[in-house]
Amino acid sequence: MYAIDASRTDLVEEFRQNPGGPYSPELTLVVNRLRLGPMEERYILVCTKRGREWMVAKMPTVRGAKLELFEDRVFDDYYAAAWEVFRMRWEAVTGQAIR
Amino acid sequence: MKKIVGYASAWSVLPGDTLSIMVSTYGPKRYRADLVRVICGDDEPDRGIYREEEIAAPFNGEYPGRTQPTVAGSYLIVPDVPAITAPGSFTVQAWIFPTTPDRGEQGLIANWSGETASGFALLIDETGALAMRLGDGNGGVADVSTGRPLAVRRWHLVAAAYDAATKEVRVSQEPLETPLEVSSAASVTRTLAFDAAANNSAPLVMAALPAEHPAGGPGARNHFNGKIDRPRLTGRALSRAEITALAWDAMPHERDTSVIAAWDFARDIGGTRISDVGPNGAHGRAVNLPSRAVKGFNWSGAEQNWRHAPHEYGAIHFHDDDHYDVGWQADFDYVVPENLRSGVYAARLRAEDDEWYVTFFVRPPRGTATAKLAFLASTATYMAYSNYHWQLHERYAEVTESFWTTLDKGDVFLQEHSEFGLSTYDTHSDGSGVRYASRLRPVLNMAPKTPLWSFNPDTHILGWLEEKGIAYDVITDEDLHHEGVGLLEPYTAVITGTHPEYYTTPMWDGLRAYLARAGRLVYLGGNGFIWRCAFSSEMPGVLELRRAEDGIRYRDEEPGEYYLEFTGEYGGLWRRLGMAPQALVGVGTVAVGFDVSGHYRRKEASFDPRASFIFEGIGDDELIGDFGILGGGASGSEIDAANPMLGTPAHALVVASSEGHSANTYLVPDETGFHHCAMDGVQNPGIRADMTFFETSCGGAVFSVGSIAWGASLPHNGYDNNVARLSENVVRRFLDPAPFTMPE
Repeated sequence: MYAIDASRTDLVEEFRQNPGGPYSPELTLVVNRLRLGPMEERYILVCTKRGREWMVAKMPTVRGAKLELFEDRVFDDYYAAAWEVFRMRWEAVTGQAIR
Repeated sequence: MKKIVGYASAWSVLPGDTLSIMVSTYGPKRYRADLVRVICGDDEPDRGIYREEEIAAPFNGEYPGRTQPTVAGSYLIVPDVPAITAPGSFTVQAWIFPTTPDRGEQGLIANWSGETASGFALLIDETGALAMRLGDGNGGVADVSTGRPLAVRRWHLVAAAYDAATKEVRVSQEPLETPLEVSSAASVTRTLAFDAAANNSAPLVMAALPAEHPAGGPGARNHFNGKIDRPRLTGRALSRAEITALAWDAMPHERDTSVIAAWDFARDIGGTRISDVGPNGAHGRAVNLPSRAVKGFNWSGAEQNWRHAPHEYGAIHFHDDDHYDVGWQADFDYVVPENLRSGVYAARLRAEDDEWYVTFFVRPPRGTATAKLAFLASTATYMAYSNYHWQLHERYAEVTESFWTTLDKGDVFLQEHSEFGLSTYDTHSDGSGVRYASRLRPVLNMAPKTPLWSFNPDTHILGWLEEKGIAYDVITDEDLHHEGVGLLEPYTAVITGTHPEYYTTPMWDGLRAYLARAGRLVYLGGNGFIWRCAFSSEMPGVLELRRAEDGIRYRDEEPGEYYLEFTGEYGGLWRRLGMAPQALVGVGTVAVGFDVSGHYRRKEASFDPRASFIFEGIGDDELIGDFGILGGGASGSEIDAANPMLGTPAHALVVASSEGHSANTYLVPDETGFHHCAMDGVQNPGIRADMTFFETSCGGAVFSVGSIAWGASLPHNGYDNNVARLSENVVRRFLDPAPFTMPE
């Protein structure tokens, strides 16, 4: 599996500025790595109101169990929500927090 | 999140039919139902294109809400078990192929009464070992376990023999082949402190333990994941050698007169019946569609087609998440009025802040057409995708679709309610592929106000037809399957949805016959006419699929199981059956990509006088469809191209082709014999949609855009754009009865 270099905060910044892509080749590797983790405990989005509201959620560890919903992480912009998911997965994979 | 769901007794109805609507609420004590006509189901608020029309109906009103219980999991039930006569010795045995022996207690063969704790149950215990439970109905209960876990995905001969004279029970498990593996063979003998009571008025259940269904009546629990072959019940305690001989014998009642029942699952493949070939005719039935036409313990590999060697396909594969008919009680009925306009309708259900649309299709009266154009609703495809779980289970979903998993409320509901079953894109909880998808259950992705995949994007086409005042009748795939070309003949033209992917042989034959008889087909979609599927003649409302060979198949089909159960036909891609979609509609799928869509550029053939009607009002250099809801362009999601080698007619005109595809758009597996570094939409010239037109010999014609995303470009700018213009040019010419003429 591709190993993310946690010091590459420039790639984090590229994503923050342009969350919808297209991404540079190096950011593409990072994004793909963040998308390739196990389904179990993956941070995802739930669209709670079509076109209007997205909430962060976490997949369970066991197939069929309930999602964990993060009621304090709700966004009215899809790309702001996508940025939050990127940030949370980056932190989970690299151990490094992004402010 | 979701507080109300429901389903209808049928998807396609005729005026005069009675439709039942079944509803379940999760919290709300009341709900409101209203009939609506669905025109455009895309409710993205910034687009402003959602349309529905409220229709008066006798059922409109308020109803009490209740939760209707649903239990998934397949099993067999034999209502009348022959008596085990005095002195009461008996042997129960079968071949089993457990796929999840480590997943808790699972019933195998049980004639057990939980109420009185009497009878027997051969089962897999909590440690994954074979065990026999016996009870005398007077407090005497024993679980006798071999103590050794069964091997995963390996055939075992399992048996329990009880000798009434000695009260001894011997339980044994023997794997079929062990030369290369550690043996999981084990047996145990124990003397009981009571007389086992084998006689029992309860039915016999296989692949589960009996239980009461939460809605009342017989049901099951502790479902077995795996295969069972040749279960037998004998009226004496057999020796190990006798058990083995009986297991291998296909005609057991000839060998041993003490055989009470011997079920041969190789009979009745394609149906729900299980036949007892023993002396007592203890026949039974399968519940919730376990998989039949699957390899038995004795599959030699000499035959790949179950019809040529049914005795090697005498197993049934059970799953704890199988489904067929959830069997809810109807909340209300609706008699479809004789004068109801043909269209897509729904019973709109509202409970607190949630709503659900039980969607169905109203045809014109049988044998009539009330418009010159028929919209052929892709109900086979909607069924194949019904309750699609892929994004909930598949690790590679995000890199396939280049997105961050974004679920809607229906997905969240399915995640928490596995009893509503899976789609043909999913794997069962034991890792085996899903072959059957039923519409006799709430289908969370066949409704308006759902994400743009399967049913809902087709409503972009309906919304456009209504905007342009083009009248249409609605007919469905299942109707075409049952009625053939006669269904289509009254129509001057037929228009598809965005994604008519799944076709049964009768559907294919009916459409082809229509085209051969001057019919006109407007294929405003992509990835169409791809997979052969089958409907059952015995069980309505279920589709079967075997993903043989290759294609975008999501998982490999089991070797030796490429032939459909319902029809005995070879499954898989129509392309691999020698009837590629190019031979029917001129184009077939070449690539998929879900992040960015391309646009079309006119080719030289677009200036041929035969094609001039298509481009009326469109400039010579005008790019077509460089806008749209799906990926920002009209050519995308899944795209099709022409290919004379696969049957595109020699006189067909490829009038435009797409460009502008992304690096995340890839060739489909069947388009390349090997992987290489130029399989993407930036580099590979084969990745394009070909807009194609050809005439047929009786005055008909076919027009194909070869793109799922096309329909989602129709609403752009208030339906005023060149995709809508071009589509209207084609439809209006195709509705003009003046014959097309084949070129010289």
